[in-house]
Amino acid sequence: MKKILLLGLFGLAAAVTYAGGYRVSLQGQRSLAMGHTGVAVVNSAELAFFNPAGLVYLEDKLNISAGASAVFSEVSWQNDEFGQTFDTDSPVGTPFYVYASYKISDRFSLGLAAYSPYGSSVEWPADWAGSHLVNNIDLQAIYIQALASFKISDKLSVGGGPIYVNGSVNFNRNLSRNLSDLEGNRSNVTVDAGGVSAFGWSASAMFNPTEKIRIGVNYRSEIMMDAEDGDATFSNIPNSPLTPFENTTFNASLPLPAELSAGVSYELLDKWLLAFDYNRTYWDVYESLDIEFANAVPDSHNPRNYKNSSTYRFGLQYLANEMFTLRVGYYFDESPVQSGYFAPETPRNDAHGFTGGLSVNISNNLAIDAAFLFNRYAEVDESYDYYVDENGQTIPFEGTYKTTAFIPGLGLTYKL
Amino acid sequence: MKNYLNYIAVFLAMGFASCEPEFDNPVDEPGAYSRGEADFSTYVALGNSLTAGYADNALYRTGQENSFPNILAQQFAKTQETNDFSIPYVDDNTGGLLAGGEQITQNRLVLSVVDDDTLPRLYTGAQPSTDVLSAVEGPFNNMGVPGAKSYHLVAPGYGSAEGLATGAANPYFVRFASSQSASVMEDAMLLEPTFFSLWIGNNDVLGYATSGGAGEDQTNNTDPATYGQNDITDPNVFASVYSQMVESLTATATGGVLINIPDVTSVPFFTTVPNNALALNAETADNLTGFFQALSQVFMGVLVQEGVPEPQAQAIASQYALQFNEGPNRFLIETEASETNPLGFRQMTDEELLLLTINQADLSQGYGSVRMTPEVMEVLGLLQQEEQPNEAQVQMLFDAVAAIEDKDVLDSDEIENIQNATTAYNEAIAAIAQANELAVLDSNALLGGLAESGYPFDGGTVTSTFVTGGAFSLDGIHLTPRGYAIVANEIIAEINDTYDASVPLVNIGNYATVTYNNDVQ
Repeated sequence: MKKILLLGLFGLAAAVTYAGGYRVSLQGQRSLAMGHTGVAVVNSAELAFFNPAGLVYLEDKLNISAGASAVFSEVSWQNDEFGQTFDTDSPVGTPFYVYASYKISDRFSLGLAAYSPYGSSVEWPADWAGSHLVNNIDLQAIYIQALASFKISDKLSVGGGPIYVNGSVNFNRNLSRNLSDLEGNRSNVTVDAGGVSAFGWSASAMFNPTEKIRIGVNYRSEIMMDAEDGDATFSNIPNSPLTPFENTTFNASLPLPAELSAGVSYELLDKWLLAFDYNRTYWDVYESLDIEFANAVPDSHNPRNYKNSSTYRFGLQYLANEMFTLRVGYYFDESPVQSGYFAPETPRNDAHGFTGGLSVNISNNLAIDAAFLFNRYAEVDESYDYYVDENGQTIPFEGTYKTTAFIPGLGLTYKL
Repeated sequence: MKNYLNYIAVFLAMGFASCEPEFDNPVDEPGAYSRGEADFSTYVALGNSLTAGYADNALYRTGQENSFPNILAQQFAKTQETNDFSIPYVDDNTGGLLAGGEQITQNRLVLSVVDDDTLPRLYTGAQPSTDVLSAVEGPFNNMGVPGAKSYHLVAPGYGSAEGLATGAANPYFVRFASSQSASVMEDAMLLEPTFFSLWIGNNDVLGYATSGGAGEDQTNNTDPATYGQNDITDPNVFASVYSQMVESLTATATGGVLINIPDVTSVPFFTTVPNNALALNAETADNLTGFFQALSQVFMGVLVQEGVPEPQAQAIASQYALQFNEGPNRFLIETEASETNPLGFRQMTDEELLLLTINQADLSQGYGSVRMTPEVMEVLGLLQQEEQPNEAQVQMLFDAVAAIEDKDVLDSDEIENIQNATTAYNEAIAAIAQANELAVLDSNALLGGLAESGYPFDGGTVTSTFVTGGAFSLDGIHLTPRGYAIVANEIIAEINDTYDASVPLVNIGNYATVTYNNDVQ
């Protein structure tokens, strides 16, 4: 037991890309075990993320849910023309969530939430074949949200609240495919920005046409993270006026795209609950990753051209007995990355997610929630076709990618 | 409860196991590539500086790492289990050798910017630290010895420290020879190679070429013991030594690749300074034409005075009445003074070549044409007024001609000697390759093509243009890592063809060209 608990307590910050782009869909163990459905499920304080309008339908006065996942993910790349192969050695990501709701009155609940829905941590071997695109990246964003949930009638409620985001980014790549100093050390740049903050909001509604059926819809706004005056550090630069790379500051913007979710749940024979969610993530805002340096170093333009993407989620819950609740789920997650824009910093193609988990009621007030997720990705031959080298030549970076992800998670649910 | 935990433990174990991505056809597993009929388990590379990875007029570590044999060895290892490819690494990236603390070869060249002039200059950012008297222990797979000629590879004692002073030994080989008496060939055989590359013979013509033809063409002299450093090796000597080496190598090796000798005229050391870089405006062209008209007339007078019959004197003197035009003009070079050309200079012909080492600043100061001093102008003025110059003034006129010295130029005879020898060597190599059923890379055609039309890659075109072309290092003779990668790819193509193998190529865009550095004097 102890060992498993430890898994869930690795830390409470980083996250690894395993959902579309740098979206990390791990915002509740109960929901995750059911394919990360939840926009139409009234189960626990996880509603704070999935559908705050539902908080007011929770039976207890105080509801708290907290948990974390450990993301074990590896990406392999190979190129059969040149016989090259490289594997990422990414750190274990630990996205987390803490939700609380408090029923002020029968019609009105308030809530607080902290969660990490976006993030990416990918570490390729230094100077690998794609090092001119990325050696490593660590992107983090923590959302903190105040919530209100208002019951209009027993059939209809609304909810939502403002979001404060605090994020950071650290990104290293080589300056070109071959530039090095006299000793042969590859010239590279690290851009680093921390404490980047921004605001957004979410709003939702829940409709219960019958006692068995719930319908939910949730919208989370786009949030633009503007990194200003981050540090750009150049290393192993040849001592030459021909390579005038001086350390400087940079500005860059990274969008955390808006997401619309809609779903339905159906209660069957008292013990069974079926859920279906549809997510639409508005990735088309991520057109290009542009890093503007404060000094004469040429700005770095990296077209991304993401497309809006959909995720289809299915979940099933079974109340086995007073102590155990069992859950399984499946989802299909469409990648926002378009062919030809497959950059190894977010090497993502479509994913099939298989989930499962259970809750163990320790007491009337406290339950342990466990969930796991296996992601299956097809092997994909892809390229990033928009790298422009120092001579203005556009050079594709091609290869075969294969990704795996295994994500166990633990959480607690407390109600009073 | 306990049971559930067991299930969870099994799940977790399965999860971790599934975490390793597996490709349908992984390139790093046996069977991804085929070695065909070749056996690369012990590959030994034999040759000269081009095999060692020499570049920028020096041998340094990153150059050795990017030598074509090392590139090949990495690719061979993708087809089968191979032994490590060991390299007699020098101690630094400064280049330059010491012998007992004394520096005996220069540091590497780097591309530097001084006073807005971007030029190759000697790197002085660090002291060289490789002392050839501190031996390194082999055996080594890269047996490239910079400076070696064909017959040197079979010469016993070519790595003897004592032989250094007399020039009988080679400092690079002194450093890694297995014994004082060993030959390069013997040491190469220590590893019992299963596969080899042999690229030798370049220096058999190159010493002659880079000295501007200062040495002798030893064709028909079959005793290399009598050769000087800048001589051309007799093609029969070359062929005999070469086939002897291939015979030794094939005693253990079941396959190999021979690389022939490129044409010197495809190398930027000989093609960078154009022979018509004498750029003149209309006025200076007229002045020069006037000068040579005057010189021709004066010389005609001298000849007649010496009793040469007038028509003959006219014929001889008229060759010096050179015409210059606005725009580019060919330089003058020294030639042996003879009865037909008593003054010993002439204008270069179209195919003749200037060496990269020529003093290019001096070329704009009259070297290669006439040093027009005020005194010379005075004599010209005198002649224009049809006055008779005195003897000293006549001499001054002749002395003003600053024809390019022999050491700076390859004239047509010298080029012919080099090309004849190169052709003969390459015929021998082709015949030996065929007789032994070995792969052969026609580097003569490869570098010719590079010079002619370039070599396309995903980042543009690699050319032979000095400094900017990408193929040649800053010494104008040896290759850059990218140039060596091209050679490696072409060798791989030949090997795949000959041995029915599928060794993968390398991505030449990942290989660097010239090194920028401003730690220069």
